[in-house]
Amino acid sequence: MKKTWVTLGAALALGATAATAEEVRVYNWSDYIDEDLLSQFEEETGIDLIYDVFDSNEVLETKMLAGGSGYDVVVPTASFMERQITAGVFQTLDKSKLPNIDNLWDVIAERTAQFDPDNAYSINYMWGTTGMGVNVEKVKEALGDDAAIDSLALIFDPANMEKLASCGVHILDAPDEVVPAALTYLGEDPNSHDPEVLAKVEPLMSAISPYVQKFHSSEYINAIANGDICVAFGWSGDILQARDRADEADNGVEIVYNAPKEGALMWFDQLAIPADAPNPEGAHKFLNFMLDAKNMAAASNYVYYANGNKASQEFLEEDVIGDPAIYPTEEAMANTYVKGAYPSKVQRVVTRMWTAIKSGT
Amino acid sequence: MKRLGLILVPYLWLLALFLVPFLIVLKISLSDTELAIPPYTPTLDIAEGWEGIKTWWAGLDLENYTWLASDDLYWKAYLSSLKIAVISTLLTLIVGYPIAYGMSRAPDEWRPTLMMLIILPFWTSFLIRVYSWKAILSNEGLLNQLLIYLGIITDPLVILNTNVAVYIGIVYTYLPFMVLPIYSALERLDESLLEAAEDLGCSRFTAFWLVTMPLSKQGIIAGSFLVFIPAMGEFVIPALLGGSKTLMIGKVLWEEFFSNRDWPVASAVAVVLLLLLIIPIVLFQRNEEKQREAQK
Repeated sequence: MKKTWVTLGAALALGATAATAEEVRVYNWSDYIDEDLLSQFEEETGIDLIYDVFDSNEVLETKMLAGGSGYDVVVPTASFMERQITAGVFQTLDKSKLPNIDNLWDVIAERTAQFDPDNAYSINYMWGTTGMGVNVEKVKEALGDDAAIDSLALIFDPANMEKLASCGVHILDAPDEVVPAALTYLGEDPNSHDPEVLAKVEPLMSAISPYVQKFHSSEYINAIANGDICVAFGWSGDILQARDRADEADNGVEIVYNAPKEGALMWFDQLAIPADAPNPEGAHKFLNFMLDAKNMAAASNYVYYANGNKASQEFLEEDVIGDPAIYPTEEAMANTYVKGAYPSKVQRVVTRMWTAIKSGT
Repeated sequence: MKRLGLILVPYLWLLALFLVPFLIVLKISLSDTELAIPPYTPTLDIAEGWEGIKTWWAGLDLENYTWLASDDLYWKAYLSSLKIAVISTLLTLIVGYPIAYGMSRAPDEWRPTLMMLIILPFWTSFLIRVYSWKAILSNEGLLNQLLIYLGIITDPLVILNTNVAVYIGIVYTYLPFMVLPIYSALERLDESLLEAAEDLGCSRFTAFWLVTMPLSKQGIIAGSFLVFIPAMGEFVIPALLGGSKTLMIGKVLWEEFFSNRDWPVASAVAVVLLLLLIIPIVLFQRNEEKQREAQK
């Protein structure tokens, strides 16, 4: 018996030392990297990379606030990160360990600095817009040839949704993104925290929610690619990945992504290092690896999201840099807005409303 | 001494695996949220000694429980979970009883194979089994393709992301928990009792109703609790197969915890759920004890 304990103790001790010396643990969004880059990083640095995925900021935030997550690099969205910085979740970056940091694109860095002053805690990984992915053929069948697939009315007008219900509509299960879109559709300030203004979202969304097949933040990629659904309100690159999967499968599904013409939410996913990261040294190495122009270009070419790396742009494929759905024109960039984090009280109002919208109670 | 050990061990087990976690959750449910690590206050600081404990104790209150009572969402979610748990328990019983009956009536040499067929699915992860139902039930899934191919329907049935899919998932997942206790009750059944009933003029059905059913009652009760208790707090199945309209307390708890980052309210929801489940758990224990007594 005693012997077992000794062996067990030794195994634990070994495990602990291995964790501090040779591993970097990365926690990133699902379907969000070219996996070849992971093995490339391991080859170049000799560090074991442990790669985990999540599909909602809420899950990441809960792990961060619980502390001791064991991750060295995480990828929160800037609006959530703003709040997490206040909670003391992250450590400031040691920029002397990030020689590739000059590759960053000032246009994006300026915007992310609104959430992370001086970009002290994070660097931009990818950014994109939230909008409508549409299976063109099925939507035209349901709504007629002149259906406005670039307008928020597609999902917020009950008349449209009633006709779309039978072919299937998914909406992000992310009140922080859908509520601002609903406010934009209503002509209100998407960043409003005013309870009276926010209350206008509930009747609007409750009217369409019976026609929504599912509120979910990752299933729509496969669902729209397979033709299971015809409209998804989701993240730009996810829908473009779905387009790509449908092309590869050659299943006759044609998918188009449009940022809402009424104004699109622009978001930024940031690479950051938790304050209690077991291996901050290795985390910086990973960040620097991702800041490399070619590596970042490879990631964007794979996931169809724009990145905040100016130097990577010459290595981007034409169907990425040349696609206005990924790299919007300057005019389209002007038609976007950014959204800050909700304070706790407002968050509770929004979440409660979201439950009411989804479940009818 | 030996006797003391026999009593002590299970209680220590209960203390470590049930009471301690419960007290931690209870403690969090009495605190308030805060944007920090961990995201609630007050936290107990042992280093400050007695004073620390006193300030910590003073910071606790029942506010979160009054909050639960003030919003009808929580009661609706508890009731809706209760409804889903009751209906799926009944469905599992309806499906499971004939299976258990068939097994117990099968020739002896078949029984190990039949038992294997019930247990075999456990060799695959629960998550994968539930996930594969998505492939069967989706609009373009196997079931719809088959029915359309056979010409039974023209438009695909929408099953995935509805409550129907949740029932299918629960019945499928928990079926073995229903079948095994009923089977073990039926297997012990003395067949001469049935012969006696038939000799005394019962039809086969009346004999089944008057003899077999009452004798398998313990198995039915045990199986029903084994299905009902986990189904009540189920989260994975409604999350994977259910739609946005499936309201269950497990999902509400998830939302409090993740979307609102409100650990105290989430803990209060969990404590109330546990208290509600204590009644069926105690009843289950009684039934088990009765069964043990009966076997002596």
